[in-house]
Amino acid sequence: MSSAVHAPAAGGHEAGGHGAENKLFGFWIYLMSDLIIFAILFATFAVMSGNFAGGPGPKQLFEVPYLFLETLFLLVSSVTYGLAVISMQSGKQKAVLFRLAITFLLGLGFVVMELMEFAHLIEEGFGPDKSAYLSSFFTLVGTHGFHVSCGLLWMLFMIIQVVRKGLTAGVRSRLMRLSLFWHFLDIVWVGVFTFVYLVGLL
Amino acid sequence: MVKNTILGYVKIGALAVFMVLMSACQGVALLDPQGPVGIQIRDLLMIAVGLGFLVVIPVIIMTIWFAVRYRESNTKATYKPHWEGSLKIEAFIWLIPIAIIVVLSYLTWVKTTDLDPYKSIPSSEAPLRVQVVSLDWNWLFLYPDYDIASINKLVIPTGTSVTFDLTSATVMTSFFIPDLGSQMYVMAGMVSHLNLLADNTGTFTGRNMGFSGKGYATMNFPTVAVTTEQFKAWTAEAKASPTPLSQDQFNQLNKPQSNYPVTLYSSVEPDLFNSIVAKFMTNRQVEGTKHGESEKTATTVN
Amino acid sequence: MFGRLTWDSFQIHDPFLFAATVGMPLGVIALVAVLAYFKLWGYLWSEWFTTVDHKKIGVMYIILGLIMMVRGVVDAIMMRAQQAVALGEALGYLDANHYAQIFSAHGTIMIIFAAMPIMIGLMNLAVPLQIGARDVAFPALNSISFWLTASASILVMLSLSIGEFSTAGWTGLAPYFEKEFSPGTGVDYWTWALQISGVGTTLTGINFLVTILKMRAPGLTLMKLPLFSWTALTTNVIIILSFPALTVALFLLSLDRYLDMHFFTNDLGGIVMLYANIFWMWGHPEVYIVILPAFGVFSEVVATFSRKYIFGYESLVYATVVIAFLSFTVWLHHFFTMGNDVNVNIAFGIATMLIAIPTGVKLFDWLFTMYRGRIHFSTPMYWTLGFMVLFAIGGMTGVLMAVPPIDYMVHNSVFLVAHFHNVLIPGALFGYFAGLIYWFPKVFGFKIDEKWGKVSFWCWAIGFPLAFFPLYVLGLMGMPRRIEHYTNPEWQPLLIVAGIGTVVITAGIAALLLQGWKTFQDREKNADPTGDPWNGRTLEWSISSPPPVYNFAVIPQVTARDDFWVQKEKGTAYPRPEKYSDIHMPKNVPYGVVIGAASFFLGFGLIWYIWWMAILGALGIVVTMMVQGDNDDTEYVITAEEVKKIEDAHFERLAAAGVLSGKPRNANQESHHE
Repeated sequence: MSSAVHAPAAGGHEAGGHGAENKLFGFWIYLMSDLIIFAILFATFAVMSGNFAGGPGPKQLFEVPYLFLETLFLLVSSVTYGLAVISMQSGKQKAVLFRLAITFLLGLGFVVMELMEFAHLIEEGFGPDKSAYLSSFFTLVGTHGFHVSCGLLWMLFMIIQVVRKGLTAGVRSRLMRLSLFWHFLDIVWVGVFTFVYLVGLL
Repeated sequence: MVKNTILGYVKIGALAVFMVLMSACQGVALLDPQGPVGIQIRDLLMIAVGLGFLVVIPVIIMTIWFAVRYRESNTKATYKPHWEGSLKIEAFIWLIPIAIIVVLSYLTWVKTTDLDPYKSIPSSEAPLRVQVVSLDWNWLFLYPDYDIASINKLVIPTGTSVTFDLTSATVMTSFFIPDLGSQMYVMAGMVSHLNLLADNTGTFTGRNMGFSGKGYATMNFPTVAVTTEQFKAWTAEAKASPTPLSQDQFNQLNKPQSNYPVTLYSSVEPDLFNSIVAKFMTNRQVEGTKHGESEKTATTVN
Repeated sequence: MFGRLTWDSFQIHDPFLFAATVGMPLGVIALVAVLAYFKLWGYLWSEWFTTVDHKKIGVMYIILGLIMMVRGVVDAIMMRAQQAVALGEALGYLDANHYAQIFSAHGTIMIIFAAMPIMIGLMNLAVPLQIGARDVAFPALNSISFWLTASASILVMLSLSIGEFSTAGWTGLAPYFEKEFSPGTGVDYWTWALQISGVGTTLTGINFLVTILKMRAPGLTLMKLPLFSWTALTTNVIIILSFPALTVALFLLSLDRYLDMHFFTNDLGGIVMLYANIFWMWGHPEVYIVILPAFGVFSEVVATFSRKYIFGYESLVYATVVIAFLSFTVWLHHFFTMGNDVNVNIAFGIATMLIAIPTGVKLFDWLFTMYRGRIHFSTPMYWTLGFMVLFAIGGMTGVLMAVPPIDYMVHNSVFLVAHFHNVLIPGALFGYFAGLIYWFPKVFGFKIDEKWGKVSFWCWAIGFPLAFFPLYVLGLMGMPRRIEHYTNPEWQPLLIVAGIGTVVITAGIAALLLQGWKTFQDREKNADPTGDPWNGRTLEWSISSPPPVYNFAVIPQVTARDDFWVQKEKGTAYPRPEKYSDIHMPKNVPYGVVIGAASFFLGFGLIWYIWWMAILGALGIVVTMMVQGDNDDTEYVITAEEVKKIEDAHFERLAAAGVLSGKPRNANQESHHE
């Protein structure tokens, strides 16, 4: 799936005054469709969760403290985005920018940590080509990471828009959609963390 | 005009039915089965077609009838532009299909259980085991009870339940002998099963039904159903063959090639079939080496 | 520099492919030159390529679908010709590899690049008009959807000349499509073409769902919604819920092929049947995606031409929704023969049969719509009647195959091929033809030629049984699908009959093209000044043909089902507003074309391992989206005066045609002769 989906409504027209509302609704529907992608990837992971093919299992692969920190980054970033939305509603442009920047950094931290984990596993010889289990692990976690990266790109873009245009109706509408997207990824990560890591380690 | 259309359809339909019936006794394998599985499925097919006709024929007749009767030029016919429903008719058109599907569902339930391909078929003789290996693009048959093998020719005794264990050394295929009954997928790294029985002697074409590449079209084999005595004689003939099916020999067979000449093998490398299955599922569900854990066993193998 | 693309990749060795390799570029160059000569590029760019008008996007979708359908028919002719001759010693003119590419391309093209574009095109034409909207919810997105589909179609066509197409069927076959067994570019063409058009379709699904749910005219409650729009609504729900499965199935396959992962491989823990499961979670609902809108067309056509309310509106709505729901519960019937547990087969078998109930109800509802009607036999009605007769048979064979033991016998045989053509051709294609002819005057302002339309219908009505009923018999003889050669002489006569049937169908397509030409020639004779050539029932017929860019000068207030019909009866149709207001409409945008082009390069680069091209393509998409996302200047205004001018002209035409008398227009006296 390309990031083509992520800002689908940006070119829509406002005829009839329902533009922003429709875009939000459309974005919700897109998220539901994206959720199905994750659901199928989860199901695939569940089916493959025992297919180690002689390769390593979760207990050899994952370290709890590292993951905990990684998770914390994303969870906190969701909170800071929420704060940015509150500032947006009271029209405080500077606070919005500051809070978006914090969110961006936390998200970046998450992605960097994930990439480091991936690099480490591949270095150890546990790349996605070693077993079906590892394939499905890298794919599920990686797809989430790819979404977060797209979200970061979008956030960067929105920061620039806020600086250039201020909190116009169009910018607010886009920030609200990014907000949905960001919280959505947070929820998906809770699922990933629980089913991939915690259940795997138990 | 419309009348003609419909008549045309009726004629074509009747012709098709006629063709089916005419050729039923010759060439139409599924309507002239040579074993109990095929016979039961054919009967089931006939009943299902009958049930289907209960809806299809009225629909076709009503289409023609209504189209003709309520044509624009027939101003004598009743015209009710505001009529948009009738509880009675609605109940009828929901209940009729429901009733038919309920009957068919019951039949499906009973017959699918009866005709489970994994279930062996009762027969007076002890069942014969045949291990089938699908190659690119040939069929290898191993007879573990006799320690013989044959490529591209299947010989079975009549009146004996034959249990096929199926696996593939390459891509997925589907094993099917239309004259006898059900087909079954053949997959690498696992074993699927199929039970068939031939009532009558004869030579029936068996084949691969799942597209598997260049040699797919020719991936057929004669299935020769013979009497028990003839089968005994055939196993003896195989035993006398100069070629054993060694691992080397198997490796020769297991290469992309079509129409490998029918060959009998006097003996089979011990455990060949299992090794073909195991090749693709080496420790499939066994966890890694570091901690030496192997808590789960290979559950995908039947 | 060019990945695995070399001079040898260009297909010039086979005479057929040589023709394509040389002919297609020459054709394209000639077309470009002709258009340049007539100075049409500017017009095409500003009026069509960049348009966000749903009507024009619909037309482009339909043209694309028809072109691809012709390609698919050529594939079909080649297959039928091969099978008619390739018995025993005669090997025919196609080798196994080429034949496999043809059947794979035929299926992929007919479903994804012919049926889907025509279906989406019809939705684009009719849905906003039926619901009294001025456009879809996201007009720019609509353009993007179209261009994604177009660029994916170009990729498929390109596989004729550069490299090869997949040999793994239109559904993909695990593990045969893995790199180990299919190392060429074929599978990658298939994957990326499907993936790109799939994104486009998902976006369309979102777009139309929001449109139908949020942009209906006031008073148009869901239970007053015209049935075509109802089927469009359910189809879009199915699209949104099922296309992710296709996306994932193809994505995992690509990971296997590009990064050596092990989802669908034989070894290292891969599970081949996992692919079939995920794929058919999309694949089966997809059948209903293409068929339900056609059902919607039949509902419109049968009511309009029977001059009567549709019988059992609620039943039809519920049946549609039930079909949509059940379509997600039956995917396993595509592999009853994988050795599942018996109870699993029983459950999925019965679930499959259940679909016959709402489908049967629909057939009866259409029948009782004709009952006590006054049927006008125009071409759309012909297609509808042909559908009802042929589809009943196709539906029945579907129920047969839902019984697992019967499926054990006919699965993967040409019986199956006959069955799904027997549902998809009458069920979907006949409906599309009916819909195209039905809405054609709305879009272009003149009626379509009836004579050649009827010739085309008869060719199909005769050709179809000839081409496909023999396959039922052949299936019962045990003939498998997808073989390019056979040794059983008993099959040949029936295959020759099927080949003749294909010739007759081809004549039907020729008649269809001729119909298009005649229609164009006689456009003035067949002009429709009223905008209501069929004595229509729903809102789209209440406005001029072709409709103005804003569709409705004043958004109508809906009070009843078949609102326009009711208004005509009451004599309140064509109300003349006292004054008009300014109308805001979306501006044309080039994003669709640019994103389509960028996706093409992304896909082509990935297929041929030309990584720089793929990266540039991806960057192109991202940058275009940013530019689009930064653009707040998306609308222009049509002033009230301009609107008045356009509408006044329309009312003059109406007055000239004598429909403004204010008297009830429909000769609707009920008659009681029995």
